[in-house]
Amino acid sequence: MLDVKNLRIAYPVGDVLDIGLKETVIRKIKRDFQIREFVAVDNVSFSLKQGDMLGIIGHNGAGKSTLAKAIAGVVKPTCGTIARGGKVTALLELSAGFDPDLTVRENTILRAAMMGYSKEYALKAYDHIIQFAELQGFEERSFKQLSSGMKARLGFSIASLVDPEILILDEVLSVGDSGFRKKSEKRMKEIIGGGAVTLLISHSMRQVQSLCNKILWLDHGRQIAFTDKVELYCTAYEEFMRTKELPKTEEDVVRLAHSYTEWKQSETERAARIETKKLEAILENGKSEAAVKAAVAILRKQRPELLA
Amino acid sequence: MISYTTIAEKIKARKFLLEELVKRDFKKKYKRSILGIFWSVLSPVLMMLVMRLMFTQFFGRDIPYYTTYILAGNIVFSYFRDATSEGMSAVVGNSRILTKIDLPQMLFVFSKSISFALNFGISIVVFFVFCAFDGIPFGWHFITLIIPTILLFVFNLGITLILSTLYVFMKDIRYLWSVCLRLLMYMSAVFYRIDGYPEAMKRLFWLNPVYVYITYFREVAMEGRVPSGFVHALAIGYAVAAFVVGRYIFRKYEDTFVFYF
Repeated sequence: MLDVKNLRIAYPVGDVLDIGLKETVIRKIKRDFQIREFVAVDNVSFSLKQGDMLGIIGHNGAGKSTLAKAIAGVVKPTCGTIARGGKVTALLELSAGFDPDLTVRENTILRAAMMGYSKEYALKAYDHIIQFAELQGFEERSFKQLSSGMKARLGFSIASLVDPEILILDEVLSVGDSGFRKKSEKRMKEIIGGGAVTLLISHSMRQVQSLCNKILWLDHGRQIAFTDKVELYCTAYEEFMRTKELPKTEEDVVRLAHSYTEWKQSETERAARIETKKLEAILENGKSEAAVKAAVAILRKQRPELLA
Repeated sequence: MISYTTIAEKIKARKFLLEELVKRDFKKKYKRSILGIFWSVLSPVLMMLVMRLMFTQFFGRDIPYYTTYILAGNIVFSYFRDATSEGMSAVVGNSRILTKIDLPQMLFVFSKSISFALNFGISIVVFFVFCAFDGIPFGWHFITLIIPTILLFVFNLGITLILSTLYVFMKDIRYLWSVCLRLLMYMSAVFYRIDGYPEAMKRLFWLNPVYVYITYFREVAMEGRVPSGFVHALAIGYAVAAFVVGRYIFRKYEDTFVFYF
């Protein structure tokens, strides 16, 4: 269970960052010291039940990652509340935060301690983690000697060890090589299937549509929609990405989705026309064998039923 | 009202992480040297050996227990200097993990403080050996040195909490602090005696907390007595004040740290 109510997160931007004490004093004297507030997440409310998978969509800088960090507990809300029904695991930038000078073994135990595992559990699970990350034989290497794929694999293996009640995935569905990806997807499905509340941050509408049963649409920190009409809203979102027109009402959404479907159809038709023209050109001018081959290829793509 | 009882509980809950963080500090410190952890013993031995040679062969030959005087001042001040100047980066140095996992940020400062306290413990043992060389008579009163050691730990922790908070917001604190440390060292009578100064001047030294802790060590080691209630009051007062202020400031601002990483 996860219940977010009127969440607002504002953080300071402007002169406060990295200018140091001397500069701060000088600017204060010159009355040139400015702190602005940047509202990253503004009045967002939603509530999820066990087994729900929420897709969080929005343009770059819409506040998706800030929201994820708030749910993970790293960023504290400026206003509003977050009620978590259990342990949260956030799979964010998996290879970050390891100590480059320590060995893989030392890093694994340290990270396990950070994840809140008990000592007994961490030591017991150690072999399993190394095996899952496919890092046998690298255990005494220092962490900086690993490839970036290996680092991410280790991060995933430690983080996904226990079954969290709330899982946050920030564009990490593709870690490592294809072999590991399959394994990690399988593990992720186990966690999701185990009744976790999952939050998926993604730019791929295909992925969101195929995995999520609810979506949260953010725009400049504001909540455009929280709904279970995943397909409709994903389609409307695609239209928004094309025309930058934000829906204000439910009708707007339907209209946007409709016009995207129309646009998509006209695009398909246009593509088909272009290919037909190409086909005609090839048939008229080309050498007979090549022309036939090209024609068959195009037909197979557009009208497979004709070739059957 | 702040409840201090929960601190112990929180530390207990995160004992495993605390252990690992302290271990990491030691491992990283001695990773590159062949002698490894042994270096943490050898380093104060060598440092004190050099000082003993300098101050018995060249300077201050006529002052009784001069090496002990210098070494007491030196180990206490070095502990204060290292714990605070390196401890201040405890939060910023772990910023990458602190933006990913919700962890008690004070624990990182605490673990750094413990690492330096352990180093100080080793220094004290080596210091005792040199006291023996200097012909200092040992007695049960040496046990009381545990008091300034604990108080110094609390004092350093408090100062480090303040500095690590400031360091998140202002990165030039590091340089300003090194200047402050230099000034503080000259005001701590590490290398010189203050016997010759007028009374009013001598009293000013009590304003310097580090001088208070140094004095405690010197009185026990050189004069063979437990310091007065006044010294105790100051030692406790400075430690408690530093910790209460440090904890208050850290608690007040820790939620905003993440925006400045």
